[in-house]
Amino acid sequence: MTGRVVLALAGAGVLVVPCVAPTYHVLLMLPFMAYGVALLGLNLLFGYTGLVSFGHALFIGIGAYTGAFLTSKFGVRSLEAILVASAVLGALVAAPVAALCVRYVKIYFGMLTLAFGMVFYTFVLKFYRVTGGDEGTPYLRPSLLGFGLEEIPKTDYLIGPYYYYSLVVLALAAAVMWRVVHSPFGLCLKTIRDNPAKAETLGISVRRYRWYAFMISAVYASAGGALLGAPIGNVDPTLAYWTHSGNLVFMTLLGGFASFFGPLVGAFAFIYLEDALKSLAPSFWRLIFGAILAAIVIFAPGGLLGLVRRARPLGVSRA
Amino acid sequence: MILRAAGLRKFYGEFCALDGVSLAVDAGEFVSIIGPNGAGKSTLINVLTGVLRPSAGSVHLNGREVTGIGPVRLARLGMARSFQLVQIFPDLTVLQTLQAAVVSRLGRGTRLFASLARDREVEAGALEVAGLFGLDDKRHTPSRQLPQGDKKLLDVASAFALRPEIILLDEPTSGVSTADKTAIMEILVSAGRRIGLKAIIQVEHDMDIVFGYSHRIIALHQGRVLADATPAAIQADAHVVDTVIGRKTVLPPGPR
Repeated sequence: MTGRVVLALAGAGVLVVPCVAPTYHVLLMLPFMAYGVALLGLNLLFGYTGLVSFGHALFIGIGAYTGAFLTSKFGVRSLEAILVASAVLGALVAAPVAALCVRYVKIYFGMLTLAFGMVFYTFVLKFYRVTGGDEGTPYLRPSLLGFGLEEIPKTDYLIGPYYYYSLVVLALAAAVMWRVVHSPFGLCLKTIRDNPAKAETLGISVRRYRWYAFMISAVYASAGGALLGAPIGNVDPTLAYWTHSGNLVFMTLLGGFASFFGPLVGAFAFIYLEDALKSLAPSFWRLIFGAILAAIVIFAPGGLLGLVRRARPLGVSRA
Repeated sequence: MILRAAGLRKFYGEFCALDGVSLAVDAGEFVSIIGPNGAGKSTLINVLTGVLRPSAGSVHLNGREVTGIGPVRLARLGMARSFQLVQIFPDLTVLQTLQAAVVSRLGRGTRLFASLARDREVEAGALEVAGLFGLDDKRHTPSRQLPQGDKKLLDVASAFALRPEIILLDEPTSGVSTADKTAIMEILVSAGRRIGLKAIIQVEHDMDIVFGYSHRIIALHQGRVLADATPAAIQADAHVVDTVIGRKTVLPPGPR
């Protein structure tokens, strides 16, 4: 019950942010929502299937570059088309990558995803003529639901229509993922996370289900990448760099991978923390960030939501 | 004949763990595999359950060759197993564990957008098995919080929830107090009857359990079948008693 109240309050909060908050904070919410979509997918793999990927910036990159190419090279400005194309391309790339990666677990899985991420990063960095190399590719302002919205200033576009568009995409993504993790399929993933050998004897094919989970997570991350790129306006290879993959894992740990909304809390906390630290300690912020990550792993392995749960002993655990 | 194994050999490098083991199990049988440590019992179980591919020989389930096809497909074909060291899903509740087995049996694992909570058939199947194993009061308890005996029961119960034709139990009462052993076996046998299980194979060290429940006993020694006979015949065989069971054991009477 408490959970629903908190969720309703959070929902109401994000709805009114553009009306009450300063422009700067509204703009900070845009990457939060884009990462939120990506992390919902990543956590299907991490929290529900037990596989930690250090390569999902690859799919963020695919989504962002898809948006950049479609808007600046192919004249496709519709964000709906960009999201669909990103998801399809993400799935196409993920199919063979996932098939190879899910043969391994733990550190080997992580390293393999990292390696594929690096391959993609190097590809976009070196194929200058196609991708613009380290200069990147412009991501022109996408049209929303057929409305060009060219006439309004960019900031008004971002804090108005684009904000609510992102919010709707995030809400839809969360609703669909909620169904997935509470479906018979979601239960099979949890059995694999908890005890793969036992899952197999129950007739659940571990590799097949890990592949499905990877595919879904890649589609989510690609869509998140498409949302992330538009406000930046220019997509460069740093989006696909491995430290970006690390940030995704950091956000998930920060919020708590053991709960459905943990990664969203993590994305929110990460973005505001990064912003605050960058202005407070411009030269040391990474140091402080690292210390926070270490402290979380040691003292609060359940992340921020884990801390809340612990403070509320009667909280029903959602396995 | 439900399960038939012929000429099974398994080498680990130079070491020969199974040296030509053949056995057959019919419908209605409760068969125990016994033998001293290193006799090849675990290897045999792993070959029969498709985890290990034998170096030579074959395994047939209902006349169909299943040698080394792996646990996932064997589960679909009607063979389930439990483990010597109890295997559970620590973060899942009793109900969720049994639901997972029923979901798998009904082939509903790829229903991505269906609600598990609203799937009455899956829930009913899970609760039925929970009832048979006396776990229905604990259905919402996370598995890791169960006492050891209940973990053992849940491990076996989830295998039963697959409604297999044959089940292989690897030391179903190991790690359980003597007082609880008989209770567990009684639950197993009666639950087996209720779900239409056709045969049970168990590996077991406790001779009270072996002689109390088996229709037939297969004694393994150094990777070979030393004896394959009724409990009465095994008891009468001084060589088997010496090699596998030991003289000191006081043997109880035949099957109940």
